[in-house]
Amino acid sequence: MGTMDDGRRKILLDIDALKCSYGADMVLDGVSFSLHAGEILGLVGENGAGKSTLVKCVMKLVKPCGGRVVCDCRVAAIHQEFNLVRDLRVYENIFLGRELRGRCGLLRRSRMRRLAAVELEKLGAAVDPDAKLTDLSISERQMVEIAKATIVDSAVLIMDEPSTLLNAEETGRLFAVMRGFRDAGGAVIYISHKLGEVLAVCDRVAVLRDGVLVDVSPSGALTPVELAGKMVGRELTCLFPAKLPPAEGEWVMKAEDVRAGAAVRGVSFELRRGGILGIAGLAGSGRSELAETICGIRRMTGGTLRLFGRAVKITSASDAAAHGIAFLTEDRQESGILGDFTVAENVTLSSLRRYLSCGFIRFGRENAAAADYIGKFGVKCRGTGDLLRNLSGGNQQKVAIAKNLDNRPHVFIFDEPTRGVDVAARRDIYDFIHDLAASGVACLMICSDLEELLGMCGRVMVMREGRTAGFLSGGELNEQEIIYLATGVER
Amino acid sequence: MRKIFGVLGPWLALALLLAVCMIGEASFRNPMNYVMLGRQAAYTGIIALGMTLVIAAGGIDLSVGSLFALSGVTALELAPEFGGSPGIGLLAAAVLAVGAGLLGGAVNGALVAVWKVPPFIATLGTMSIFRSLGLYFADAGRVAADNPAFSLVSGDVTIAMLVGFAALFTVMLNLTAFGRHVCAVGSNEKVALYSGIHTGRIKFMTYLLTGGLCGVSAMLWSARLNGISSSGDGMGYELDAIAAVIVGGTSMSGGRASMSGTLAGVLLLVTISSALVAWGVSPNLQNTVKGAVIIIAVLFQYKKGVGK
Ligand SMILES: Nc1ncnc2c1ncn2[C@@H]1O[C@H](COP(=O)(O)OP(=O)(O)OP(=O)(O)O)[C@@H](O)[C@H]1O
Ligand SMILES: [Mg+2]
Repeated sequence: MGTMDDGRRKILLDIDALKCSYGADMVLDGVSFSLHAGEILGLVGENGAGKSTLVKCVMKLVKPCGGRVVCDCRVAAIHQEFNLVRDLRVYENIFLGRELRGRCGLLRRSRMRRLAAVELEKLGAAVDPDAKLTDLSISERQMVEIAKATIVDSAVLIMDEPSTLLNAEETGRLFAVMRGFRDAGGAVIYISHKLGEVLAVCDRVAVLRDGVLVDVSPSGALTPVELAGKMVGRELTCLFPAKLPPAEGEWVMKAEDVRAGAAVRGVSFELRRGGILGIAGLAGSGRSELAETICGIRRMTGGTLRLFGRAVKITSASDAAAHGIAFLTEDRQESGILGDFTVAENVTLSSLRRYLSCGFIRFGRENAAAADYIGKFGVKCRGTGDLLRNLSGGNQQKVAIAKNLDNRPHVFIFDEPTRGVDVAARRDIYDFIHDLAASGVACLMICSDLEELLGMCGRVMVMREGRTAGFLSGGELNEQEIIYLATGVER
Repeated sequence: MRKIFGVLGPWLALALLLAVCMIGEASFRNPMNYVMLGRQAAYTGIIALGMTLVIAAGGIDLSVGSLFALSGVTALELAPEFGGSPGIGLLAAAVLAVGAGLLGGAVNGALVAVWKVPPFIATLGTMSIFRSLGLYFADAGRVAADNPAFSLVSGDVTIAMLVGFAALFTVMLNLTAFGRHVCAVGSNEKVALYSGIHTGRIKFMTYLLTGGLCGVSAMLWSARLNGISSSGDGMGYELDAIAAVIVGGTSMSGGRASMSGTLAGVLLLVTISSALVAWGVSPNLQNTVKGAVIIIAVLFQYKKGVGK
C-alpha cells in the first residue's frame, strides 16, 4: 500500500479506533496510533492497562470488537509469557513452525543450527543452539524467545516486556539489536515497566491508561517521573521507601559454605531478624540456585544451614514451608501460580491449613483473606473468584507475593519480586517488603536491577561463579563496587 | 453463572435424554426401569468416582477393570477360609475385597508417586498383571460365592453405595484440602510442589482410593451374581470409567474436576445403552453411539473453554 505520512516516512502499522473486551469490561477502548518505519515506539501503562491485549490484537490472537489494524508487512512478536517447547532444543525452538526444509522436505538441521547460533551471537547470548531448553536459565530462555522473533525477516517487531529478566548488560545488547533493526528501516514497539530504559531507547512513547491512549510524545521531552505521572494519572514522588536502619535483631538464618553441585560452590551469609540482604551477581552466578538450595528444591551437597541457631536439613519445598521459609520464584508461570485456579485459591495454596475447620475449607474466610490482599496490593481483577490466567502479568505477580505471604514466613526469599510490575505498584511492593522486614521477617532479595537492590537493601552479598565474592554495606554499597565484585575485575 | 452451567451441563444432557426416551419408549415410563439403570451404573460408577480424582491430579488408571476382577476373585477364594456363619463369610469377603483393592491401588500409587513411572505405562503394566493374577488364582474360571448371606446385598444396597460414595467424594473434592491439592497437582505439579504440597502423597492417595473403590464395586458385583468370573468380569471398565469422567466435564489434562458430573456421565452412558437396546439397535452399533457421545461432550466443553 505504501501510505506516506508527511510525505516522508512509511506507515508500517496503523491502528484505528481499536476496541477489545473480555466479556463485559472494555480492555481497549478506541486506541489509535500509527507506527512509522525507522522508529522505536515505547508503550507504557499500569498493570492491566491493556498493553498485552493490544499486542494480541495486532497478532490476531484475540478478536477485537471494533476498529481496525492495518498492516501489510510481516510482524514478529515476543509475548509476555514464554512460548517455548520445553523438550525441544534451542535451535528447534527458534525455528519452530518455520523450519527450513531442503529437497524432499527434509529438515536442514545444520543450516538452522548455524543461523540460530549467528542470531544468538548478535544478541550476545552465550547459549548453545543444541542445548535442551530445560537446561537453560530463565534469562537464557528469554534470549531464545527474543532470537525467535528477531530471526524472522519482519518489518515490525513487537516486544512485550522482554527485559524484565535481563541484567543491564544483556539489556544493553538487546537495545543495540533494536537500534540496528530500526536503522535498517524496521519499526519496533517496546513495552516495559522500566521507564528509564524506555526513555533511553525509544523515539516516541505512547501511554495507555485503562484501555485509552492518553498520550503520545517524543521521548526526548520526558523524564521518568513525568512519564510515571502520565501512566497513573497522578504525581509520583520517590520510588523507594526510606531505608531501614541496619538490623540489630537476632540471627535468623546462617548459611555456612553451602554447596549444591556445580551451581553453588560455597556460599556463607547471615541473616538477621528484620534485615533485608540483597544478593547481586551476573547471570549464571548461582543466585537463584542458592535460593532453590535453601528451599530444598535443589539438593544441598555440602555445608550447613542454621535456623535460629539450630542446624536444619531441608530436603523438600514442604520442609521449607514448615520451617517458615517462603520463596517467590522468578518464573511465576512455571512455579509460582496456578492459572486454572481462582485468585482466592492461589492465595491460600500453601497456607490452606489455616482455613480449615474440622477438615473443611472455610470459603468465607478464604475469600475474605484474598479480598484483603486484593485491596492491599491493588490487584486488578473482577473478584476473588477470577481465574488467575485472566489477570494481566503484573497482577499475577502480586497474587504470587500474596500467596507466599499468607504462609506467615520467618524468612522470605524474593527472586525478582517486581518482575513485570508497574511503577506505582512497585512502590507498593517495596513498601510492603519494607514493612515486612520492619515487622521482623528476615528478607533475602535477589534482583538484577541494581537500582532496586541499592534502593531496598542495607547490605548486599555479591556472588561470582557460585561463591560469595563479598559483602557491601554503608558507604561501599554502590553500583561500581557491586560490578567490581561481580565480575572479579581488579581495580 | 458459567460455573453453574458447567456443573449442570451433564445433568441437563441427562434430563434431555431421559425426556426423549420417555416420549419414545414405554419401558422408560416404568419406575422399575430406573432401579435397573441405577444398579447397572453403580459398578462402573463407583470406580469412576476414584478415576475422577486420579484424572484431576493429572494421572490415569487403566488397571481398574483388572483390579476389579482380581479383588473379587481374592475375596471369594479366601473368604471360606474364615469359616463360620454366612454373616461372617460376608464380612470377611467384603474386607478382603476392599483390602485387595487397596493393595492393588497402593502398587499403582507407589509406581507413579515413588518410582515416577508415567501413569499410563505403570497402570498399563498392572492392568495386565492384575488380570493375569486373577486368572491364575481362579484357574481362569468363575469363582462362586456359595453364601446365602450374599443375597442381603440387594440392588438397593448397591444404589445406596453409589449415592453414598458419590456424596462422600463430592465433599472430599470440593470442600477439603485434599481435594484442593489434588486439583493443584493436576494443574501444575511444580507449582504445587513449590507451594509445599506433598505432591507424591496426593498422587498416591488418588490411586489408593481408586483401588479401594474397585474392591467395593467387585464385592457388590459378586454379591449380585453370586460369584465373579476371572476372565470376563471388569473387562473394559477402565474405558467406561474414563468415558464417564470425560463426559462429566473433568479436564483430561488435570486441574479441573466435577464429581457430580462424573455421576451424571455414568448415568448418561448407561441410559444410552439401555435406550439403544430398547429401540432394537444392533448391539454391534452401540459402541459407535457411545464413542460419538464422548466426542461430542468433549467438543462441547472445549468450545465453552475457548469462548470464555
Ligand atoms: N483471557 C482473559 N480473560 C479475561 N480478562 C482478561 C484476559 N486477559 C486479560 N484480561 C484482562 O484485561 C486487562 C488487560 O490485560 P493486559 O494483559 O492487556 O494488561 P497489561 O497492560 O499487559 O498489564 P501488565 O503490565 O500487567 O502485563 C486486565 O484487566 C486483565 O484482567
Ligand atoms: Mg502485559
